[in-house]
Amino acid sequence: MTQNSLGDSAVQMAVHAQNNGVAANITHTQPLWLLAEVTYRCPLHCAFCYNPTDYDKHTHNELNTEQWIQALRDARKLGAIQLGISGGEPLLRDDIEDIVVEAKKLGYYSNLITSGVGLTEKRIQAFKEGGLDHIQLSMHDITEEINNFITNTKTFELKKKVAAMIKNHGYPMVLNVVIHRYNIGHIKEILEMAEALGADYVELANTQYYGWSLVNRNQLMPLKEQIDHAEKITNEFRQKVSNKMKIFFVVPDYFGNRPKKCMNGWGEVFMIVTANGDVLPCHSARVLPNMVFPNVREKGLEWAWKDSPAFNKYRGTSWMKGPCVTCPEKMNDLAGCRCQTFLLSGDAESADPVCSLSPNHYLIEQAIEDSKNPILASQPIIFRTDKNSKKYASGESRERVEEFHALP
Amino acid sequence: MENNIQHSDVFAIALHHRFQWEDAQQSYVILFPEGMVKLNGGAGEVIKRVDGKATVGDIVAELKMAFPDAADIEADIIGMFDMAYGKAWIRKL
Repeated sequence: MTQNSLGDSAVQMAVHAQNNGVAANITHTQPLWLLAEVTYRCPLHCAFCYNPTDYDKHTHNELNTEQWIQALRDARKLGAIQLGISGGEPLLRDDIEDIVVEAKKLGYYSNLITSGVGLTEKRIQAFKEGGLDHIQLSMHDITEEINNFITNTKTFELKKKVAAMIKNHGYPMVLNVVIHRYNIGHIKEILEMAEALGADYVELANTQYYGWSLVNRNQLMPLKEQIDHAEKITNEFRQKVSNKMKIFFVVPDYFGNRPKKCMNGWGEVFMIVTANGDVLPCHSARVLPNMVFPNVREKGLEWAWKDSPAFNKYRGTSWMKGPCVTCPEKMNDLAGCRCQTFLLSGDAESADPVCSLSPNHYLIEQAIEDSKNPILASQPIIFRTDKNSKKYASGESRERVEEFHALP
Repeated sequence: MENNIQHSDVFAIALHHRFQWEDAQQSYVILFPEGMVKLNGGAGEVIKRVDGKATVGDIVAELKMAFPDAADIEADIIGMFDMAYGKAWIRKL
């Protein structure tokens, strides 16, 4: 037998995705998760999308199939094992079939993260034959009205059809539901719908405020009491269904006292390659100042992960300052999220404002108050559209982003 | 704890889960939608024998033969089955 006895703790780590992120308790660094944001183009216009508001800049310089396949190979050599194929809407590319085949060949567990728009019988058949392991479908509400409103599209019936298609092809049914003011009152009905569709996993992802959702924060944020109630309903439902349907409730950090251990730490387990080839430790990293992120067109992923100044910048704890540096809880949260901290406070190295010990915590308290202000909340939602993105990218529109220290 | 697991039980890896050796980590892992567990050496030795045919009793006997020096190995193996079944990484046939 190996040196390990069977009596040792059997599980050294568990990595669960939450809202496309991870929560785990490991400290050695291998990019276990490769998220391929293969395009920022999307037929939906969700008000809570975390993609950058200036995404339109990156819709004309997408990596080609060969470059994606090379990225998959390089990341696998570094230890990547879970592959997320995401976007935008990945199905707007016609080479997802090729990417899936390569992922299978390399030994990835591959996850297609989709709105369902563009998933046809022909394509799902090709994915199945190519070895795609799982399809995560975003759902928005049990009502056609809210689904169509929040996505700014008429996609309600289509999503139900796609859910059935996924099930029929023997895929695990994983539903991701972003929770916000407009659907938080329907948690029980959403879970009942998930159960009726035969879902194996449901992720109830409370909106976190990045990208478009930060711009729409006053319009989307629910009340603390609503979140507490939703969590209570979720726990009751979880008891009822036990292991048959696993339910993840991603707690929103604005209403906690301590920050989230964002991405399980900067450059710890998570690596994103974006549509244009930028390599990032998290979805929003490009908001940070004075940072040059590697691009797969220039140097390979090994350099990006191990040696690039960007990936090393916030690894570990040596970059921290007060109150984090002497905080007994610093290993629990690694001072929270760098991007959120900079966006809201203008100082990327300070404590995440969601922490009650942060000198900038008043910013969160103010945001919560603002979201209850009927005048602010009645401003229109700004939907994620190419037109709006162009306005933000060109600087033409400063609407609702001026209070932030970078373009969300 | 052992009430849940009988020597006559036969298990397989759960649907939508995959068990494989990972060179980069020098360990066995179980993969499932958007998640994974890394198994230590002992746990890996148990799960790699879970093939939908061998009974728990077969696996206990085989591991006892393979690792004669390990003390009280049977309780550990049953404990591993109990946990893996509880976590739904394996399913009972």
